Amino acid sequence: MLRKFFLSFFLILIFAFYVLFQNDRAEDKGAVFQASNKNKPVISTPDLSSNAPSKSSSPITPSQESQAPKSNSLKIFKDGEFIGNIVDAYYGNVQVKAVIQDGRIIDTRFLDHPHQRDTSVAINDYAMPILKTEAIQAQNAQVDIVSGATFTSYAFQESLADALIQAKN
Amino acid sequence: MGMPITVEIIDISAGEQDINEVFSYFKYIDEKFSVYKDTSEITRINSGEIKEYDYSEDMKIVFTLSEETKIKTGGYFDISASNGKYDPSGLVKGWAIYNASKILEKLGFNNFYVEAGGDIQVSGKNNEGQNWKIGIRNPFNIKEIVKALCVENKGVATSGTYIRGQHIYNPRQRNKPITEIISLTVIGPNVYEADRFATAAFAMAEKGIEFIENLPGFECYMIDKNSRAVMTSGFEKYASV
Repeated sequence: MLRKFFLSFFLILIFAFYVLFQNDRAEDKGAVFQASNKNKPVISTPDLSSNAPSKSSSPITPSQESQAPKSNSLKIFKDGEFIGNIVDAYYGNVQVKAVIQDGRIIDTRFLDHPHQRDTSVAINDYAMPILKTEAIQAQNAQVDIVSGATFTSYAFQESLADALIQAKN
Repeated sequence: MGMPITVEIIDISAGEQDINEVFSYFKYIDEKFSVYKDTSEITRINSGEIKEYDYSEDMKIVFTLSEETKIKTGGYFDISASNGKYDPSGLVKGWAIYNASKILEKLGFNNFYVEAGGDIQVSGKNNEGQNWKIGIRNPFNIKEIVKALCVENKGVATSGTYIRGQHIYNPRQRNKPITEIISLTVIGPNVYEADRFATAAFAMAEKGIEFIENLPGFECYMIDKNSRAVMTSGFEKYASV
């Protein structure tokens, strides 16, 4: 339970910082990151057209991204490379490095991530029917529970949050 | 613990002590099977400290189930790593959730779900008296769902990692990383079954969906790195519009 609280706190922290330094103005744009919500998450977004996060859920607009901070005193983060702590992602460890330039996160890299367990032997060759395929689309449906390979995502966020805390000016 | 756990019991007689019993069970599982704990039984087995004849009952069960799963999946489910160490977590998670759901059944509850790390066992109805609704998380944007499922007394497990640059290796071609599929969700008669086969199917990469297609009683939704999904032929009966 406490761990969940800290994870949520770090997630909100990342997004708060990200919005703040993307924006020349001092006021917070009210970015809210909904961490995995176990009580009927309501997700309302337009259809996915690419892998990029949809605009309605992201606090960052293209015009804000192109603005460079005007002076060093407005930068939330120091420039450089910052390594987050190693986080247990259940299937393995995750450790993230954040690369900051001009006060912005320009890259994140994995220094450690879970490896697939070794397996052996071939798979049988089945005669296959044609299976239906589709482009994935964000759904507006209200659900009770969400299934996903979550651990690594949380671990990534946690390690990144730790790196950003070190990067904080 | 590295894994978030959620328990929701609809039956009005449920109390905090019932939920705590489930959490205690998961703590017991973690302390026995976590390869990241120095004191766990599995770590002590891997270090050679505990011999096979001294395995606990639950450990023996897991090893037996793992062997059976290895045979059923043509070896694609295998708890042995090449260094000779064991890691049964690809089976233990679903098995533990399933056992936890049995604890709640024994306590007399009929309407609940148990979720750990994105794998789920549902029972009965939700608090609106309807079948539980489960979303499949968008692996490219974890705030979104890409499918809404309506299931009754089933288990749902998702295998995958949403890491950019993840390298998963085909055991027959270790130099060639598998990066084609990102997320694979299995619906099965219970979460133990769904989890072990989701784990094996993910190791089969894009052939995993074929394996599940040929497994009676199981359905699958597999998402690739290009945001395209493939589904087994009976999957859509679970996807509510």
